[in-house]
Amino acid sequence: MQKLRLRYAKRGRLRFTSHRDIARTFERALRRAGVPMAYSQGFSPHPKVSWVGAAPTGVASEAEYVEVQVVEPVEPEALRTALDTVLPPGLDVLEVVEARGGTLPERIEASTWQVELPGVSPQRLTEAVSAFLAAGSVEVERLTKDGKKVIDVRPAVISAEVREGAGSTPMTTRSSDAGHDAQDLSLPCGILVAVVRQSTPTVRPDDVLSALRVVADLVPPVPAKATRMAQGRLDDEGRLVDPLAPDRAAED
Amino acid sequence: MSVESVFPALEPLLPRVSKPVQYVGGELNATVKDWDAANVRWALMYPDAYEVGLPNQGVMILYEVLNEQADVLAERTYAVWPDLERLMREHGVPQFTVDAHRPVKAFDLFGVSFATELGYTNLLTALDLAGIPVHAEDRTDDDPIVVAGGHAAFNPEPVAPFIDAAVLGDGEEAVLEITDLVRAWKAEGRPGGRDEILTRLAETGGVYVPRFYDVEYLPDGRIQRVVPNRERVPYRVFKRTTMDLDAWPYPKQPLVPLAESVHERMSVEIFRGCTRGCRFCQAGMITRPVRERSIEGIGAMVQRGLEATGFEEVGLLSLSSADHSEIAEVTKGLADRYEGTNTSLSLPSTRVDAFNIDLANELSRNGRRSGLTFAPEGGSERIRRVINKMVSEEDLIRTVSAAFGAGWRQVKLYFMCGLPTETDEDVLQIAEMAKNVIRAGREVSGRKDIRCTISIGGFVPKPHTPFQWAAQCDPETVDSRLRKLREAVNSDRSLGRNIGMRYHDGQPSLIEGLLSRGDRRVGRVIERVWRDGGRFDGWSEHFSYDRWVAAAAAELEPLGVDLAWFTTREREELEVLPWDHLDSGLDKEWLWADWQDALDEREQDDCRWTPCFDCGVCPAMGTDIEVGPTGRTLLPISPVGKGSPVRNPALTKG
Repeated sequence: MQKLRLRYAKRGRLRFTSHRDIARTFERALRRAGVPMAYSQGFSPHPKVSWVGAAPTGVASEAEYVEVQVVEPVEPEALRTALDTVLPPGLDVLEVVEARGGTLPERIEASTWQVELPGVSPQRLTEAVSAFLAAGSVEVERLTKDGKKVIDVRPAVISAEVREGAGSTPMTTRSSDAGHDAQDLSLPCGILVAVVRQSTPTVRPDDVLSALRVVADLVPPVPAKATRMAQGRLDDEGRLVDPLAPDRAAED
Repeated sequence: MSVESVFPALEPLLPRVSKPVQYVGGELNATVKDWDAANVRWALMYPDAYEVGLPNQGVMILYEVLNEQADVLAERTYAVWPDLERLMREHGVPQFTVDAHRPVKAFDLFGVSFATELGYTNLLTALDLAGIPVHAEDRTDDDPIVVAGGHAAFNPEPVAPFIDAAVLGDGEEAVLEITDLVRAWKAEGRPGGRDEILTRLAETGGVYVPRFYDVEYLPDGRIQRVVPNRERVPYRVFKRTTMDLDAWPYPKQPLVPLAESVHERMSVEIFRGCTRGCRFCQAGMITRPVRERSIEGIGAMVQRGLEATGFEEVGLLSLSSADHSEIAEVTKGLADRYEGTNTSLSLPSTRVDAFNIDLANELSRNGRRSGLTFAPEGGSERIRRVINKMVSEEDLIRTVSAAFGAGWRQVKLYFMCGLPTETDEDVLQIAEMAKNVIRAGREVSGRKDIRCTISIGGFVPKPHTPFQWAAQCDPETVDSRLRKLREAVNSDRSLGRNIGMRYHDGQPSLIEGLLSRGDRRVGRVIERVWRDGGRFDGWSEHFSYDRWVAAAAAELEPLGVDLAWFTTREREELEVLPWDHLDSGLDKEWLWADWQDALDEREQDDCRWTPCFDCGVCPAMGTDIEVGPTGRTLLPISPVGKGSPVRNPALTKG
């Protein structure tokens, strides 16, 4: 049976969806698009859709991955177009490839996060990030269902740098929900770009911001906007390798 | 004058509230139209949480009917949870629509659909957050006209101080007629202001404007009379009836939310109205006569709806779906058509006596096997005669035996407690019935893992029903009977452990009773509760009985009446009821005779299969029963896809 791997983006107001919301929306879109889905057997059959580490609620993404299984061969580009047409604006299918062996989870070990901090000057942010990188360990508290949990953020962060923002948004191209990403240009905006390993416990953009509060007392005046820019394995220089590259190479 | 989206102000608040996705809109099939191109603009509200309000069929239908008009714009708004309400007040963000996040105050009309009276406090929150005065009399020409609809609007008197108008009955045609009047009035330059447009609405006879009616009281607190206080306003306001359902195939494009909602399915209303005549059932009384959608109309709506939504379940809705004259053909036809596509069917309301196992098998052929639910409503044969729910225990046992034989393992049974003339014995019979279900299930299936869940709601007497005169049972009696029932269920361990029991205590029902049969004086209680923090009264974690009792005492006792007067007091035949001037078509004398029949434990047949029994609706409303069978079949369509209800040849290779 054919398997297809998809990269999709979660943009604009769609970042407020939870993973469950996305999964439901996606499964219905597959049905509307007429995709010949494979279903599990049994009392309560489910379409065969495998998700890989979804971005948290409230966080946008340019690099989410999912794998689907079909019962009739499907053209990847036709699937991309058909699915993108029926998904809501802000859930955008960017690429579809046929799976050629291996598994997606084994090709993903880290993410690049971009965090916009309106009202935080790049200098102030740079100081905080330097203090963070200089520390050997930065413990933060996170509220979970089972109460407070302390995690060390520092080891998961492979690199972090600061860019200057003029209210730009990361999705300058193909954004289908751009109207909901309007930025307040009156505020200076520091942008943090960090490569974070997907360790256990998972370190999220929120945790990195909590760490900046711990080391440098940095408290953003308005909620930050985080976006996952890429996922993949780390190469020797600490850069991310596109997880769909092996499938694409096999196709050529 | 254009209107700005409040989203930029709302967005920074969203990371700080629970389930922010419910406030962002972006539903599949939602409509956003150009503000300036519209001549008439409606904000439609379902006054409960988004997850409950979004799937509401009434709002969805009106939203689509209105937006199909070229120069009309309709958007939706829902109750915001207290966490967001607090932040909105702190940051000056007004009540907004989820479609284009426009402020509700900017619309011409604000339509609110009340399925239950427990949403009244949420209306006040929405008005206040919108910056619209909560009292209708304080509103100016800059405020929207607040129109109530839904079943609770058949007695809107408790919310009369807060609404400008109410519409009784089916809304499809009514909203368009209201739109026409408002459009014309605006085009003329709004002559006479708010007062004139309300008068024009009232003089149609189909829109109730409470302020144009004076209520006079007797010294003992009862109503003396309700009379119009100006010319051009009729004495009685009639309900609206949409006769040809096939001409109104809405929703054509059902909304599919990003957020999870209480009904994760696509619904098609297969008929409207019910003449079974259950005496407790307000819906069955006020929606007469029965009007069926044709088998072809149902087939077309299912096909179109599945293509537009991608849902995995189709709900065939009505007050008693198995009563459709062609239900067997409908379910078999749909199950055939969607074979292999993982699309299941469900009938949310089924009568025991109209159900059979062929039907159950069609429902579960192409997907998940949903549970079986039946509503005997009363435990004893006697009480079922009182409420005119003519199903026998033998019917029930025969049906569940067939179901257990066909592989089902669980049934759910609905009952009411606190019915007129009810005794402890009537309620204890529920335990016997549940035990007999378990015994029958074990015998038929030869298995031990048979389950029966009994779910019990408190009975609330409703306007426009034969029980509108009845004394509501007090919460203490209800709670005590439920305790005894639990003991009876648990008395036999070997059977009791397979019986689940779900119920609510009697207190919320008493308040629902106050709001259902209250008059304008109850508006003061609602306002006091709301000012004291009352929100989301339909949610047990937010409902405060003590707050309602205290507010009722403070506001009603100075007027010489009280909570008990409105709820546990039995009314006499000649008492003027607060809703007597609102015409549901039912003849009050017929209702009284049916109430007397109830007390005498006499049953009443269904007029679909026996001669007319003169309830009054058809002659008063100029309507007639519209039922099949038509003898037609589902329109053939080309075979649907594999693994999906839609076929898309563009996807596959060659």
